[in-house]
Amino acid sequence: MAPRVVIIGAGPAGARAAEVLVGARHRPIVIDEAAASGGQIYRRPPSSLARAYEKLYGFEAQRAHRLHDAFDALKTRVDYWPNSTVWNIRGRRLDVITASGSTNLNWDRLILATGAMDRVIAFPGWTLPGVFTLGGAQTALKSQACAVGERVVFLGTGPLLYLTAFQYAKAGVQVQAVLDTASASGKRKALPGLVSGGRTFLKGLYYLAWLTAHGIRVVSGVTPIRAESGADSALAALVWRDGRGHEQRTACDALAFGFGLKSETQLADLCGASFSFDAGQRQWLPVQDADGRAGVDGVYLAGDGAGIGGAAAAELSGARAAHALLRDLGRRDSATHLTRINRRLRGFERFRKALDERAFPFPAGLASEAADDLMICRCEGVTAGELRNAAHTDGARDINRVKALTRLGMGRCQGRVCGAGAAEILAKTLAVPIEEVGRLRGQAPIKPLPLSHFISEVAA
Amino acid sequence: MSSIDVAIVGGGLVGCSAALFLRQRGASVVLLERGVCGSQASGVNYGGVRQQGRHLAELPLARRSRGIWAQLKELVGADCEFIASGHLKLARSEREMEDLENYAREARTYGLTLDLMDARALGKQFPWLGAGLAGGSYSPEDGQANPRLVAPAFAKTAKAAGADIREGVEVLEAGFDGCLFELRLSDGTTVRARRLINAAGAWGSCLAGQFGEAVPEDVMAPNMCVTDPIPYFLVPNLGVCGGDIYVRQIPRGNVIFGGGVGIANRDALRAHPLPDITETAVRLAVALVPRLKTALLIRTWSGIEGVLPDALPVIGPSATTPGLIHAFGFAGHGFQLAPAVGAVLCELALDGATPTPIDHFTIKRFAAKPAAAPGSGNVNKKERLCA
Repeated sequence: MAPRVVIIGAGPAGARAAEVLVGARHRPIVIDEAAASGGQIYRRPPSSLARAYEKLYGFEAQRAHRLHDAFDALKTRVDYWPNSTVWNIRGRRLDVITASGSTNLNWDRLILATGAMDRVIAFPGWTLPGVFTLGGAQTALKSQACAVGERVVFLGTGPLLYLTAFQYAKAGVQVQAVLDTASASGKRKALPGLVSGGRTFLKGLYYLAWLTAHGIRVVSGVTPIRAESGADSALAALVWRDGRGHEQRTACDALAFGFGLKSETQLADLCGASFSFDAGQRQWLPVQDADGRAGVDGVYLAGDGAGIGGAAAAELSGARAAHALLRDLGRRDSATHLTRINRRLRGFERFRKALDERAFPFPAGLASEAADDLMICRCEGVTAGELRNAAHTDGARDINRVKALTRLGMGRCQGRVCGAGAAEILAKTLAVPIEEVGRLRGQAPIKPLPLSHFISEVAA
Repeated sequence: MSSIDVAIVGGGLVGCSAALFLRQRGASVVLLERGVCGSQASGVNYGGVRQQGRHLAELPLARRSRGIWAQLKELVGADCEFIASGHLKLARSEREMEDLENYAREARTYGLTLDLMDARALGKQFPWLGAGLAGGSYSPEDGQANPRLVAPAFAKTAKAAGADIREGVEVLEAGFDGCLFELRLSDGTTVRARRLINAAGAWGSCLAGQFGEAVPEDVMAPNMCVTDPIPYFLVPNLGVCGGDIYVRQIPRGNVIFGGGVGIANRDALRAHPLPDITETAVRLAVALVPRLKTALLIRTWSGIEGVLPDALPVIGPSATTPGLIHAFGFAGHGFQLAPAVGAVLCELALDGATPTPIDHFTIKRFAAKPAAAPGSGNVNKKERLCA
């Protein structure tokens, strides 16, 4: 009997993995949290809010179209589980919450294409009503055809900052400012590497030129000071410091912010994958071999969930994971595909490095210098001061000990939001390299689950 | 090489409280913990502080411990979120109700007063309870605390009082030369002590084995769950006859519940909850308190508990080695007892006797079958003593 292959995630990586497997006459099970394939980047709106691809995805319309079509064409040849969350992996078993209840299934081979989320740094006012992540703001626009505000400030760093601002402006929203924490000089130094990105780089330049040409203020080297609320306690302005040290105030009714992306690695963690610290991306990532094997028997990694590479690279690494899987099942021609795909993926590496390390570096200092009274973990209301106190007074040397002593990372998000910034604060407090404070361990369920979901169980 | 008065192996709540009480009486103390204090069962348990329902032999210890819990703030500078929110044990049949009545009668002779309630009284006082209950027994003195805070608080206070708390240090080999205990440690050093306290929890039998005391200690992993915060209504810590579900809510709103067991890996020092057990616990919890249905499960976890065949701990002097004192195998109900166990260990180490009756917990109850010549050979060739 053919081995049961399960793919978790139907974004660029998961969809391409499914396509390769179907091409080799497998019938994978594809489990995805969303109602339709496409992942975050090519998220599809519900049919009542359908719009033209050009309107939804801009330059990426063709890519989005191709990916959607490719996956839709597989529909009769895969077992597709939309609206389903894998909340636990233990050995060869997956526990899944579907629209009709909880169930579980066993796998023989597993491809994890779990994607990424916004990387957040806390700053004063970040929990005010009206403050969103960049990804959240983009999802609202793409999926729900609504803007997070009427006068929006975009803050943070990374390609998504410019892309989201561009999409908002194109949609007719008043973009008050685009404020990048990365310096202009870093971007200049990154140029040689960025140029290797070719078309992707040119698109980035276009967004920037378009924003500037439309009179939108774009500033590099900024430091957020605080988001301020008005009389109705909703967001009224962002106060920030420019590169020359001058304090500025920009009025807004919404703020979208984010500092790059972080990989969603909880399922890899529950699988038993080893992790290593990636200095360039400044995050812990599941260890993989050159073809995406996770080092756990039968588990393969693909897409941004295994390290941030962007959508185009994710499509390739999704196909790569599937070919590695096929190769492990004895298929000979997969080796040729692997060589070809890896050659293409190497082309992305230089560009990625220039993006992560020079053009849009993670502002670790901004995270680690949080004032003592700033709330870092919003689920549990833990401040930077309490975190530092756990290190100074209670001897915590590891982020999991901080969690045990303060509840940081114990709430609804399980540290997915606060973990990155908290680790920076702890490392700075202890004066040790960031990797020495460890990482928050993944625990089931990886997303909050209503208890009622367990009451009406569907047959496995 | 100089020797100290007492070496303690294990930085759980038992070991940490023993360290503090020993320092209060001026003894020199080294506590050896291979991880950090309170990171195993002491730190990840349910957090119930409960006398009700214990084996009657444990009640004197539990009563003594309750006195220490009341003094926590004075003792360790923090209340560790201990609140006497009450413990309500529920009967789901008339027969179980009879058991509760019998227990209440016997507990009274130990000074523990329990209020019996019939189904009507339950419904009136706790209208959020589900259907199908025959009655309950309410223990007003009992309650709950935050387990993650208690052992670290004891360790910190003991350290401030002069105890030598060594974290990240493993005991590789333990022996007794007839006068002193000698512990060879993973950091290359050796500790010599006149008394040795074995507070190694689920690994207690491994250390006992070094002294020729074979104890059939198994391990188990209570399956624990927690929800996101919901409005505070569930004040008493809830249990049931049979123990298949237990539920408490903390004032900030999270509901913590457990029932059944996951997987304990004693060698890897890790425990995992199991999804089927979690689902069963969810169903039982919602049946008991239907209002929980709308809460969100945000995390499951487990820890490694040592369990002896009668599910009672070993507490008291070694049967083979003078000066060795055991306290391990608390089978998932050691959290409430631990502070008093620490006090008892201190007395046993310094006075050779304790006023608290502990005979029931003697290691001699397991037919002593020497595993090795006592104290002589250090026969354990394994890299890790307790693995």
